[in-house]
Amino acid sequence: MKPPSFVYHAPATVAEAVEALAAAGADGKVLAGGQSLIPLMNMRLAAPGHLVDINHVAGLAEITAEPGGVRVGALARHAEVEASETAHAAQPLVREALRLVAHPAVRNRGTTVGSIVHADPAAEMPAVLALLDGSVRVRGPEGERDIPAGEFFVGPMESSLRTGELAVSVFFPSARGGTAILEVARRHGDYAMAGVAALVAPDHAKVACLSVGAVPVVVDVTEAEGDWKRAAELVQDQIDPEADIHATADYRRHLTGVLTERALKAAADA
Amino acid sequence: MHDVSLIVNGVPREARVPARRLLSDFLRHDLGLTGTHVGCEHGVCGACTVLLDGQPVRSCLTFAVSVAGHEVTTVEGLAKDGELSAVQRGFAECHGLQCGFCTPGFLTTATAFLRDHPAPSDDDVIEAVSGNLCRCTGYQNIVKSVHRAAELLAEEGS
Amino acid sequence: MTTKLFGEPVRRREDARLVAGNGRYLDDLGANALAVAFVRSPHAHALITGIDVDDAIDVEGLVAIYTWEDLPAGVREPLPLLIPHPALTHGRTAYCLAKDVVRHVGEPIVMVVATDRYIAEDVCERIQVSYEFLKPVVGLETAVSGPNLVHEDVPGNIGAHMIQEVAAKDGRATRDVIAAAPHTLEFRLDIERSACMPMEGKGVYARWDADDRSLRVYSSTQTSTSVRMAIAAKLGLPLPKVEVIAPDVGGGFGVKIVHPWPEEILVPWAAILLNREVKWSEDRREHFISSAHERAQVQHVKVGFDDEGHVLGLDVEILHDHGAYTPYGIIVPIITSTQLLGPYKIGSYRVEFFSVYTNTVQVTPYRGAGRPQGVFCMERTMDKIAQYLGKDRTLVRAANFIQPDEFPYDQQMIFQDGRPLIYDSGDYPESLRKLKDLIGWDEFPLMQSKAAEEGRKLGIGVGCYVEGTGVGPYEGGHVQVTSDGRVHVSTGLTSQGQGHETVFAQIAATELGVPIEKVSVVTGDTRRFGYAVGTFASRAAVMSGNAIALACRKVKEKALRIAADALEADPADLEITDGMVHVVGAPSASIPLATVAVLSNPLRYAFDEEAKRATQFATSGSMDKPPVAEGQEPGLEGKDYYSPVRSTFASGMHAAIVETDPDTAEIKILRYAVVHDCGKMINPMLVEGQIHGGVAQGVGGALYEKMVYDEHGQLLNASFMDFLMPYVTEIPFIETDHLETPSPLNPLGIKGAGEAGVIPVSAVIAGAIEDAEKIVIDRMPISPSDLYALRDSSRTSGAVSRLRNTQ
Ligand SMILES: Cc1cc2nc3c(=O)[nH]c(=O)nc-3n(C[C@H](O)[C@H](O)[C@H](O)COP(=O)(O)OP(=O)(O)OC[C@H]3O[C@@H](n4cnc5c(N)ncnc54)[C@H](O)[C@@H]3O)c2cc1C
Ligand code: FES
Ligand code: FES
Repeated sequence: MKPPSFVYHAPATVAEAVEALAAAGADGKVLAGGQSLIPLMNMRLAAPGHLVDINHVAGLAEITAEPGGVRVGALARHAEVEASETAHAAQPLVREALRLVAHPAVRNRGTTVGSIVHADPAAEMPAVLALLDGSVRVRGPEGERDIPAGEFFVGPMESSLRTGELAVSVFFPSARGGTAILEVARRHGDYAMAGVAALVAPDHAKVACLSVGAVPVVVDVTEAEGDWKRAAELVQDQIDPEADIHATADYRRHLTGVLTERALKAAADA
Repeated sequence: MHDVSLIVNGVPREARVPARRLLSDFLRHDLGLTGTHVGCEHGVCGACTVLLDGQPVRSCLTFAVSVAGHEVTTVEGLAKDGELSAVQRGFAECHGLQCGFCTPGFLTTATAFLRDHPAPSDDDVIEAVSGNLCRCTGYQNIVKSVHRAAELLAEEGS
Repeated sequence: MTTKLFGEPVRRREDARLVAGNGRYLDDLGANALAVAFVRSPHAHALITGIDVDDAIDVEGLVAIYTWEDLPAGVREPLPLLIPHPALTHGRTAYCLAKDVVRHVGEPIVMVVATDRYIAEDVCERIQVSYEFLKPVVGLETAVSGPNLVHEDVPGNIGAHMIQEVAAKDGRATRDVIAAAPHTLEFRLDIERSACMPMEGKGVYARWDADDRSLRVYSSTQTSTSVRMAIAAKLGLPLPKVEVIAPDVGGGFGVKIVHPWPEEILVPWAAILLNREVKWSEDRREHFISSAHERAQVQHVKVGFDDEGHVLGLDVEILHDHGAYTPYGIIVPIITSTQLLGPYKIGSYRVEFFSVYTNTVQVTPYRGAGRPQGVFCMERTMDKIAQYLGKDRTLVRAANFIQPDEFPYDQQMIFQDGRPLIYDSGDYPESLRKLKDLIGWDEFPLMQSKAAEEGRKLGIGVGCYVEGTGVGPYEGGHVQVTSDGRVHVSTGLTSQGQGHETVFAQIAATELGVPIEKVSVVTGDTRRFGYAVGTFASRAAVMSGNAIALACRKVKEKALRIAADALEADPADLEITDGMVHVVGAPSASIPLATVAVLSNPLRYAFDEEAKRATQFATSGSMDKPPVAEGQEPGLEGKDYYSPVRSTFASGMHAAIVETDPDTAEIKILRYAVVHDCGKMINPMLVEGQIHGGVAQGVGGALYEKMVYDEHGQLLNASFMDFLMPYVTEIPFIETDHLETPSPLNPLGIKGAGEAGVIPVSAVIAGAIEDAEKIVIDRMPISPSDLYALRDSSRTSGAVSRLRNTQ
């Protein structure tokens, strides 16, 4: 299990990175923490011809408070975001969710932005971003744009990032109201069989579910009016989970219901 | 090919390697530091854990070229002046290893953890080593070893 | 410094090296060796119609590509069938490199040698193998019922069929006894595939010395002596020109006892051919798809019993999945068949197994080696009888126990070693008493009902086992005392983390009366000891431990004889303490063992102080006799072998309390208790370590680990991401208590301890979940998703089954 060869680029600035990516085209990939990309390469399931390593790009690791939320740079490691008081003050759900991502050593290297760009429907941070209506800031040959979470996740491991674009940061909005995230994984630290991030505000409530669809599934449950059991049913109606070797589709649907109720309760109490 | 230089266990080291050389292989095969072990090469077992600028990371999920210039501590760097560190002694005292293959990963992980959490609870210890697989010990004595190491460190510090 | 170390929790001598990163595992050796990778079959069953290497040959760094066609005569043959058995009528083994058919995903087809493993893998990717697909056979029942065959010439895919029966005392056949019994039950049990999964994969590193025409091979093996013989035979080399060394081995658990692995022949062969050092280090994916698995069985059980729960007749039919090949024979189903009986007196017993081919990775022993399946069967049976009769589960077990005064107890079957299944010693009622105390069995119903009031579901389970350990035929030990007073101990079997260096040194230090610091131990190095069987079946401590003790006794006897001459005393009045031979009760009349070592050799060059000192003791021998008397040898050393008449039987009992989440169906082990009897313990700390590790693997097998094959024979979870070995967060705290009923069969009174921990875990956890859920648990492992499905189906069918709600 050794990775295939690639041409290595180590840009020092965002502009250089974008340039290298643009030049590489479809054959190029960004290397951030490598915690998803390198396992795939070691198993030779991914073989990018060019790797644009952003680990040497200055200024990408910042975690900054902005009006209405927190901005997390592309090189901020999961562990740094988890520890960040700035991030926690703006949106406590971020820390809570990060503690469910993998294990400490993986969080020391993996980046939160990388996790979101990787767009694994079983991952926690895409669901959090989707729940909060956050956004991803990307830089490409045509300049910078912000992609709202709702438009960012397109399919399993697929985002609306275009070839040659670099995600420079993500924005997690603060929320009026309480939040919570709960999941059930086979082992502690594994990708979850089902998980639910919940937001309960005075005037609305919603959840984002992971591992039950091609992308994080966001369901508005305001109409349940605080009857979280009913909310769970609403959610179960809207998801279409698949079976895999760890859980049947039925069980996933059931679990999502249970977790929806629990997470909403926890969010309401938060 | 790239000339990659790192500070390994306090000593500047350099080797000329292709970009795809994993840090685990760089340490083991290019620098001859075979104490870091490789159990899965996909990030799950933790046997390959080294400290990168003091923080535990998977050396099998890191390209050496990507961390050029940084500081790496491997299990070989834990003992000081030929004297085993408190964490190493804790594991030896409490039968925290059997075949010893997973052990370097636990030792590096626990070293960083106890530096930041000198008086940990059971739950803290369990969370700290929760990303390391061991097929031999059933973990009970590993948890005990980390606690013992905390005691030894406290004794050293006092 | 005391020299009585047997039985003490002595710290391991291995650890100083291992914690410092100075262990030497296979891949740590041979820094300059060429690297090997294999093209392995991506298909479960296919004819190989062509191999095209055109794209591969110009890769820079490529050294050689080999296919079956390239192999020399001995290596072209199928690999040996290690343990033939008359019941194995259709044994089949693989080729080192597939000849024309592949029968499981992962089977090696092409060997690539290159300057490093990265390049070797690049080359593999560029080699095109073309196939003609054959129908894969996956799943036990498909295999025995379907038309498709794994091996063309094995009808019904049945490799072996065996029946053993122990009739009732009055001569009636088991099936008649069951038919006439007051109560009968009939059910089916399923156990799925798991695997040893040591943290270090296999590996082979070979060095050919062209000048000396000798070969040195390092292998991450559980049996270096047999690997050596296999290499010598297959490559046609004189045995003395081949040495095999097991370096530090990162866990084995059974998979590394199989030999020779194809790589153990191919790598040395390539090293000789290329006259270069060559190394293969197995990666994790290779380990998943091309080493070995175990456990999968389907069992059909019929049992007849009386009102007290005495088992009058037990009839078990087993389908055993042995994968694509049978290099290790049918040891696993034989062990299941025999060890199923556990600590019980069963009125009459019939067991029949079919060992079946499927297009999956071959099956060879994994820690427990068939016992977990047998114990699962018997303990589920005991639970079902108790449920049926409305009796406490421990009472039904106790009613069937062999009693302490009934040993030796003959189960009247033939065990894995081909010898009668006769238990040597044990005290099962006492074990159960201790276990019930430890877990709080009698208090549990209260705890359970209190929890129920809070809406929580708790359950308790229990499981008992007997484990034949220390199987023969033999192991040897060699002990040499040198003139510096050091004691060099060697034995042929290997170590994979058990702490042999420590326990064997404890034995030697105790036997010889020397400080343990003076003792060094070497295992698994054919340069030091050539005859051995290997490390498996919980046999190392029993076999080599006793052999080393016997060798030490020879050395001691000689030492006392020489010292007696020097001290002008009677050997019977001498003893050795702290390395000094002295007259009992008169420490001043003494001579260091080191000096005795010098005296033992008439050639006495004054290399060191000890040799000079020895001259003062030297008696002038008679001029009429040779300096080395007839029947004597120079030097203070001894070698001996231990060969038992039959196995010694360890035993134990486990209990667990589990909690199941009423909503999510998550399963959590709240408490886990073990009472264990392995006879006299050499080092209780290491015994506990073995138990902890075994239980953890058992928990993995009960709740997390299974090999999932799809109908095409693809292993869907060939990674640590999806094959769920437990982390620390999944393993409960394990509470232990011990009982020591010494074995009368060996000088040290010991029994094996290596596998015990893993054996009853699935049975215990199944019983506990059943108790919590009141749903029949007949298939392990069980996941939350499985439990949810069971709840669902028991709700819809209204079948909270024939289970009565009893504790
Ligand atoms: C053992 C293990 C367990 C794990 N468990 C979990 C888990 O439970 N939950 C979970 O969410 N994750 C888990 N992960 C994945 C982990 O969170 C990763 O760190 C994360 O998914 C990817 O972040 P990264 O920085 O490592 O990205 P990389 O691996 O570097 O990149 C991932 C992908 O995103 C692209 N990419 C990354 N950054 C950018 C960017 N700035 N712009 C454009 N493209 C980019 C890369 O090109 C690549 O395609 C686990 C990983 C491991 C090894
Ligand atoms: S080898 Fe790196 S995590 Fe297993
Ligand atoms: S001690 Fe062997 S894997 Fe941990």
